[in-house]
Amino acid sequence: MTEVRIERLVKAYGPLRALDEVTLTFPAGQFFGLLGPSGSGKTTLLRAIAGFVRPDSGRVLFDGEPVEAIAVEKRDIGMVFQSYALFPNMTVAQNVGFGLQVRKVAAAERGRRVAQVLDLVQLGPLGARKPHELSGGQRQRVAMARAIVTRPRVLLLDEPLSALDKSLRVEMQIELKRIQREVGITTVFVTHDQEEALTLSDQIGILKAGRLIRHGPPVQVYDAPGDAFTARFLGEANLFEVTGQDGQLRLADGQGIAGPPGPGLIAVRPEHMLVSQEPSGSGVCLQALLVQRTFAGAMGTCVLLWRGQTLKAVGRYQEFQALPAQGTVYLTWPAQFACPVTPDPGPA
Amino acid sequence: MRGWHLAGWLYVGLTLFFLYAPIAVMAMMSLNASEFYQLPFHFSTEWYRRLWHNDAILAAAARSVVIAVVVTLIATVMGTAAAIALWRHDFPGKVLLQALLFPPIAIPWLITGTAMLIFFFAIGIGRGTPAVILGHVALALPYVIVVVTARLVTFDRALEEAARSLGAGGWLVTRAVTIPWILPGIIAGALFAFAVSFDQFVVSYFLSEPGDTTLPVLIYSAIRKGFTPEINAISTLIIGLSMAIMLVAARFARFGGER
Repeated sequence: MTEVRIERLVKAYGPLRALDEVTLTFPAGQFFGLLGPSGSGKTTLLRAIAGFVRPDSGRVLFDGEPVEAIAVEKRDIGMVFQSYALFPNMTVAQNVGFGLQVRKVAAAERGRRVAQVLDLVQLGPLGARKPHELSGGQRQRVAMARAIVTRPRVLLLDEPLSALDKSLRVEMQIELKRIQREVGITTVFVTHDQEEALTLSDQIGILKAGRLIRHGPPVQVYDAPGDAFTARFLGEANLFEVTGQDGQLRLADGQGIAGPPGPGLIAVRPEHMLVSQEPSGSGVCLQALLVQRTFAGAMGTCVLLWRGQTLKAVGRYQEFQALPAQGTVYLTWPAQFACPVTPDPGPA
Repeated sequence: MRGWHLAGWLYVGLTLFFLYAPIAVMAMMSLNASEFYQLPFHFSTEWYRRLWHNDAILAAAARSVVIAVVVTLIATVMGTAAAIALWRHDFPGKVLLQALLFPPIAIPWLITGTAMLIFFFAIGIGRGTPAVILGHVALALPYVIVVVTARLVTFDRALEEAARSLGAGGWLVTRAVTIPWILPGIIAGALFAFAVSFDQFVVSYFLSEPGDTTLPVLIYSAIRKGFTPEINAISTLIIGLSMAIMLVAARFARFGGER
């Protein structure tokens, strides 16, 4: 298993810095999700690891060995493309066997390994089909099989599930994770779907405008986003401005609140917001206007208005049923779920 | 509305009539017994029989085919390579280079032919079959590039990237992935190149040596001496061949239509 590390990677397209001094380690054998809005540089980073993008400066290291000078075809990678990029003139088995053929693996051995990997992705009997005879999910599996059959040092996935519809996507997420666990290849996964990244990844990294702003295990990044962008991008967050006065942190309405001293923002996840008809006895208590109550299966959502700011609370729908359809309610949250975050840098 | 509909069909009918009536008349006369185009029509294969024994025409026809095959091979390989290179790479001066490839389609062949004749004499190639081949390749190349490029536009670049990620180097990527995809375009381009060369009169007229010339040039000389139905016969055969080639080319080209 190979550890991939990038150091101070820079790639500029004209005045735009697609990658701006990114340093990051992708631990051996782990599934690493790269997340960010479009244009954040996540695909550029993936393509720099593959070798399709030549960095202006910085290093790409496989197990400590620099690979910037090594061409894509010599880097020993596996890649799954957004469009799958299956060779239309070849059968499924020929597609999967292509990398082995290039590596001059003998025909018998090749056939054995192709059959083995097709079983792994549960496409055993479809080796003779052409790509255009397959469904979207099947093509995705072929692309995966083709990428792992050569046992590459690193597996790169460029939004591999984005072309599938929602239910199939969830099914393939589970499949993808299972396959990656079984083969144990260091995997870098690019997506703009935060739920997908949280589901699949051992670690995630969040990119914004070419910079890596946060990385770590998904739970850790979710619970302590650190900055307002990450808090809003990964899940949803209610952000409260706080000011530090005479050693006491205060909300905009003057209420004292526990937390580290100094002005900034407090993020509270919608699922940690408690809504009730009576003010709570202790801790923070906001009097807010319930604007809307919606039902989505097991979960319900309350949209609230507090001092001109829209807030959101999510919880089991039964808990919200006791509330009036509209009107004044009281909001609170357990102190441990109030997470200080740094504000977004203002426009310079 | 009905009137417009009729007028539309009349328009189409007249267009086809003026396109194909002269050809049909010529084909018919090649099968008419009379040397002086007299009617009524008496079926005869006399002119085809005489053509078969006309060594000058047969030699010119053979030369035309050989030249066209050589031109097709050269122009197709060069044109395909150029189209792939232009599609794959961005480099300074690319737009200028692409622009320079296309005037040969627009410049009148008479002028191209004159210019080539002067130039080939100036550099010592002079007239003859090598000069004709060079000239035809120059004329055919842009057609090949245009047709192959039209096919490449439908090609997903990720396919080449996928092949490279699997360990395939440059030539293997081209051979295993790119060429199979653009093959219909290459075949269509080759057929266009063949047609450009085989049907070429103007440039061949300037660049070939008298007595050692191509079929269209020989036909032109023969007409000046006196028109015999033998010419109708050979012309009919050429039209048949050319139309067959263009139909096959059109079948393969489909200009970026299906996959």
